[in-house]
Amino acid sequence: MVANSFKSSAANNPNRSRLNIGRVLIYVLLFLCALYYLAPLYVMLTTSVKSLDEIRSGNLLDFPLHPNTAAWAKAWGSACTGVQCDGLAPYFWNSVKMVIPAVLISTLIGSLNGYVLAHWRFRGSEILFTGLMVGCFIPFQVVILPMARLLGLMHLANTTAGLILVHVIYGMAFTTLFFRNYYVSVPEELVKAARIDGAGFLTIYRRIIFPLSLPIFMVCFIWQFTQIWNDFLFGVVFGGSDAQPVTVALNNLVNTSTGVTEYNVNMAAAIIAALPTLGLYLIAGKYFVRGLTAGAVKG
Amino acid sequence: MSVTPTAISGRSQADDHAQRPKVAQRLASFADIWLPRIVLSPTVLTSLIFVYGFIGLTAYLSLTESRLMPNYTFSGFSQYSALFEIDRWWVSATNLGIFGGLFILICLVVGLLLAIFLDQRIRAEGALRAIYLYPMALSFIVTGAAWKWILNPGLGLEKMMHDWGFANFSMDWLVDSDMAIYTVVIAGVWQSSGFVMALFLAGLRGIDDSIMKAAMVDGASLPTIYRRIVIPSLRPVFFSVLLVLSHIAIKSFDLVMALTAGGPGTSSDVPAIFMYQFSFTRGQLGLGAASAMMMLMTVLAVLVPLIYLEAKEARHGR
Repeated sequence: MVANSFKSSAANNPNRSRLNIGRVLIYVLLFLCALYYLAPLYVMLTTSVKSLDEIRSGNLLDFPLHPNTAAWAKAWGSACTGVQCDGLAPYFWNSVKMVIPAVLISTLIGSLNGYVLAHWRFRGSEILFTGLMVGCFIPFQVVILPMARLLGLMHLANTTAGLILVHVIYGMAFTTLFFRNYYVSVPEELVKAARIDGAGFLTIYRRIIFPLSLPIFMVCFIWQFTQIWNDFLFGVVFGGSDAQPVTVALNNLVNTSTGVTEYNVNMAAAIIAALPTLGLYLIAGKYFVRGLTAGAVKG
Repeated sequence: MSVTPTAISGRSQADDHAQRPKVAQRLASFADIWLPRIVLSPTVLTSLIFVYGFIGLTAYLSLTESRLMPNYTFSGFSQYSALFEIDRWWVSATNLGIFGGLFILICLVVGLLLAIFLDQRIRAEGALRAIYLYPMALSFIVTGAAWKWILNPGLGLEKMMHDWGFANFSMDWLVDSDMAIYTVVIAGVWQSSGFVMALFLAGLRGIDDSIMKAAMVDGASLPTIYRRIVIPSLRPVFFSVLLVLSHIAIKSFDLVMALTAGGPGTSSDVPAIFMYQFSFTRGQLGLGAASAMMMLMTVLAVLVPLIYLEAKEARHGR
C-alpha cells in the first residue's frame, strides 16, 4: 500500500505522459476496430434504402441521397427466391412457427435434465451426462442422412414439425449443459433439507429450483433462439419447399443468378432475416453474452 | 434441522408423520428414486438413437455401394477409396486447412488484443464490447450476403477505392479461384472475433488483481506483465476458444454457401459443402456418408487431444 502510493507520487510525471500516449493509441485502435465491425451494418442499411441507379453511380460508403423503402417492400413481399416470388414473408413466418415451439420444448427439457444431473445424481448419471455432451460436439453432417430417411418414413420431411423435432433433439445437449452447470451452483444443503422435510422430486423443482431459474432460462431462450433462427443446414436439408426457414430463402435470393442482381433488395432481405436475433441482442445482450460464454466453457 | 424446510414443504414434520401412512411414504421415496431416471430417460434414449445410432448408420452407409437410394449390402472401404480419388475432395480438405488455420489464428490474435485493450479501464467499454460482439447474433447466411456485396468486384470495395483515387486498387478475390477461400476468412473473422474477445475478457476479469499489482510494484512494465503473467494464466480460456473455433471452422457450411457457394467452380469448396452436394444434389449417398465420417474424424482428431489436455491441466491446476 505504502510502496504503491509512494511509487505513483514519485514517478508520477514522466510515467503519466507516456501512459497517456499509450492510452490515446489504444483508444484510436479500439475506435477503428469499432468502425470495422460497424461498417458492414452501415453498408447493409444504406444500400437497402438506395435505388439501383444510386448504387451504381455512388460508392459503398455514400450516404443515401434519396432514401426509399421500395427495396424493403420488395424483399418482404415480392422478391424471387428461386422459382417462388412471394418475398421473404412466408419464410419469415415459417421460421417463427419453427423457432417458438423448438425453443420452449428444448429449454424445458434441458431444465428438467439439468435438475436431475445436478441434484438427483444416481449411479451412472455422470456417464450419461458425458454421453449427452457428445451431442454438442458432433458435426451435424454425420447424422443428417439417417435423419432425412427417418423424417421421410415418419411423413415429417419438409414440414415445420419435422424441423422442430430436429432442433429439439440436437438442442437438448446444449440446454441440459446450461441448466446443469447453473443448478450445480444451487446449494445442495437447500435441496437436502427439503428432502428431509419430505418434499419430493417434483415439489423441490417447483418450489425451490424453478423460482431460482429465471436468469438461466433467459440465457437458454436467447441461445436457443439464436441458434435455431440462424440455422441453415437443417433448414436446407429438411425444410423442403413448404417449411423453408428464412435463412434458406435469403440464401436463395442472394444466389439467384437470373436477371439483374438487386443489391438493395438483397441487403433489405438480409436485414429482415437478421432483425429478430439482432433485436434480441440489443434488448437482452447481457444474457446473450452469458449464453455464449457458458456455451463455450464446455461446448 | 428444519428451519427453512418447513416453509418449503408447507407443513411441519410432526403432522407429516401423523398424516402420512407408511405406505405413502414408501411410495414417495420410491418415486424419488425413479422419477429422476424417468425424467432423464427420453433424452438419453433420443441421444442414443439420434446421435450414436445415427453416427453408426452413417458409418455403415459409408461402407456400402449406396448411390441415389440407400443400399445396405456391405462393400468395404470402396467409398473411401473413391472419395480419395476425387480431386474436389482434396480441394475441399485443403480449403478447410487454409480457412481453419487462418480463421482460428486471426480470431485468436484479434480477440486477445481487443480484450487486453478493453481491459485497460476504457471509457465506453460496454458500448465497444457490444459493437464488437453483435456480428455473433447474425446468421452466417446474413454475414455471407453482406460481405458478398461489400467484396463485389466492380461495385463494392473496389469501386469505393477507385472513387477515392486509388485507380490501381483491385479486390476481386470473390471471383478469383485462387483467392476466393480468403474472402471466407475475412467474413468469418468479422463474425467470430468479437466472440473470442468476449471469452478472453471474461478470463481477464477472473484474474486476481493483486498479482498484477505485486508485479507492478516490482517494476515490471505492463506489456511484460501481460506476456509473463496474464496470458499464461489464460490457458484454460485458450483451450475453450480453440475448441469452439475449430468446431465452427470444421462444420462451416452456411458462410461459404452464402458468400461464394463454393465457387468460382469448386475452388472455395469445403468438406461440409462437398458432403451436402454429393448426398443431396448428386445422389451419391455412400460418398456423402464417407465424407461426413471424415469430418467426424477431423473433429475428433482436434477435440479429443484438446479436451484431454484441458482435463489434465485442470487436474494439475487444483
